[in-house]
Amino acid sequence: MFRRERSIPLRGSAAALCNNLSVLQLPSRNLTHFGVVHGPSAQLVSAAPEGVPLAQRQLHAKEGAGVSPPLITQVHWCVLPFRVLLVLTSHRGIQMYESDGSVMVYWHALDSGDASPGTWSGQILVFDIPAKGPNIVLSEELAGHQTPVTDIATEPAQGQDYVADMVTADDSGLLCVWRSGPEFKLLTRIPGFGVPCPSVQLWHGTVAAGYGDGQVRLYEASTGTLHVQISAHARAICALDLAPEAGKLLSAAEDTFVHIWKLSRSPESGYTEVEHCHGECVPDTQVCGARFCDPSGSSFAVTGYDLAEILRFSSV
Amino acid sequence: MSVRTLPLLFLNLGGEMLYILDQRLRAQNIPGDKARKDEWTEVDRKRVLHDIISTMFNRKFMEELFKPQELYSKKALRTVYDRLAHASIMRLNQASMDKLYDLMTMAFKHQVLLCPRPKDVLLVTFNHLDAIKGFIQDSPAILHQVEEIFRQLTETYGGLSAGEFQLIRQTLLTFFQDLHIRVSLFLKDKVQNSNGRFVLPVSGPVPWGTEVPGLIRMFDSKGKEVKKVEFKHGGNYVTAPKEGSFELYGDRVLKLGTNMYSVNRPVETHMSGASKNLAPRTQENIAPNPLAKEELNFLARLMGGMEIKKPSGPEPGFRLNLFTTDEEEEQAALTRPEELSYEVINIQATQDQQRNEELARIMGELEVTDQPRQSASKGDDLLAMMDGL
Repeated sequence: MFRRERSIPLRGSAAALCNNLSVLQLPSRNLTHFGVVHGPSAQLVSAAPEGVPLAQRQLHAKEGAGVSPPLITQVHWCVLPFRVLLVLTSHRGIQMYESDGSVMVYWHALDSGDASPGTWSGQILVFDIPAKGPNIVLSEELAGHQTPVTDIATEPAQGQDYVADMVTADDSGLLCVWRSGPEFKLLTRIPGFGVPCPSVQLWHGTVAAGYGDGQVRLYEASTGTLHVQISAHARAICALDLAPEAGKLLSAAEDTFVHIWKLSRSPESGYTEVEHCHGECVPDTQVCGARFCDPSGSSFAVTGYDLAEILRFSSV
Repeated sequence: MSVRTLPLLFLNLGGEMLYILDQRLRAQNIPGDKARKDEWTEVDRKRVLHDIISTMFNRKFMEELFKPQELYSKKALRTVYDRLAHASIMRLNQASMDKLYDLMTMAFKHQVLLCPRPKDVLLVTFNHLDAIKGFIQDSPAILHQVEEIFRQLTETYGGLSAGEFQLIRQTLLTFFQDLHIRVSLFLKDKVQNSNGRFVLPVSGPVPWGTEVPGLIRMFDSKGKEVKKVEFKHGGNYVTAPKEGSFELYGDRVLKLGTNMYSVNRPVETHMSGASKNLAPRTQENIAPNPLAKEELNFLARLMGGMEIKKPSGPEPGFRLNLFTTDEEEEQAALTRPEELSYEVINIQATQDQQRNEELARIMGELEVTDQPRQSASKGDDLLAMMDGL
């Protein structure tokens, strides 16, 4: 059972994008950072455990050539082993900040032309990030997708159990599974079936993908074999999140529902299994972002199109 | 954002405008033989709709519309509808025009939000076009124009992927973001809540191609199903009975975009007043608008293609009031919240030829080197000039 906690107010409503909520958990500082895209601006809010907002900041996409103010497409915290960066993307390019958004450390412009070919052409840009400072370098451009890339998920490669590090998804529903290294290697392609895949996660060598027809599918990352198919939602899925410690998966969709699933591996067969844990309806809200707020998956936050607040839920 | 959104936005908003004007004109209908010189008759109503539709579907105008381009602001688009509404003998005061635009935008926002699949916005558009054809049954020439647009829609959108339609949907929702005007008809029908937000039902048929939620299926490495578990989804969904038709004629199945107004159900809007949801829009209106120049280029191109028929002979301009009384209309104009004013470029329909020449001349003057700083102030000057014209 989950109960509604105190909401965090936003200066601007959330835009109708997918994956429109990013959360950075900082348990050692008793803080949680939230990031939401409004449109031409993105809003960062820090809150105390009870949801009391403490600090607030707005970031804008860099104006380039041209007249119309650029719209931000995503705001996301990238947690690297030695550093956390805040990444802001727009059709103009990619901006990287220190984790509190105070200082921009890097700006990568995308070519204008017809539309930004960076992510719109399906390319994936790989950057080398130093432990400190702005000396970020574009190291590789991966070709694997022909349609715009919607989401990227990674997990640390641990041991020989699973070699796949990264999975990328696109508007056609195609998933590409990669292994990182001095050069990235494409391991598997998992074809789509006529609907976009807006959100993807990677857990212990299993790919979890959410689709535009409301399905959640789980695949073996190294082979692309389908193991689980869930008729999870009645409308397009907009966000997936993982609580890796507990093996919990969260799915949110435009049908106003958020569902929590428990992933496990059957000890006999070794196949991935899924159990439904909880369903929450956010009345009259087209959900556009959802994230767990703690590693055990006992609390989560939700954003909705046109809603100027972050809704919070925690288990009782 | 998608560069193919404008035709869908324009045609659907135009369709809603026609529904509202038709309902309003019927409500004020006086039988022909009893009507005074300044009262509306059935003949007048048909003529107004006929004139607006033929202007909307003008070939040159449609050509401009279908060019791939970004969406412009609500302000810029409102100016086009202002002109369109004045395409015949009908006249609307600012307050009535504001109300008309509010109703149009909220209605289409509702339709976009409730579309089961992103692609279904095309069915909504076809519903509007089907109704428009009904308004001009007895004019084969305009009927042909409308059918041409049907064909062009099919050509432009027929081959788009689900991903591209999702992008169009997101572009439309961005256009409608933060609009929460309460419409009494929607409130009465429980389609909108008292806080201005639309009701999103969690029951009924699922979109075509989606499965009813509630099933988990697990497979072995050979693809054989090994386990099937049901779970409680929380909604009350059923399978979709059939897919709507995308042909020129056919059962669209979807009711969104059909005419929901009738003579006996007058529509009122409530201004939401000061609420925190309006804060972002307030900022948008106060800050200098760097889009001014681009928007004026767009307006010039679009309205250059609009052929406004001049009324033949000395006919009075018939004024249509979207409110119940003249006093109500005046009151609405005075009490409209600052942040919801459209700051419309006031273009009189009576000086069309002169207008087009003036616009063309101004556009010509603007073909100087693009310097961001200067263009902002040039935009302001141009707006000032147009207000004075």
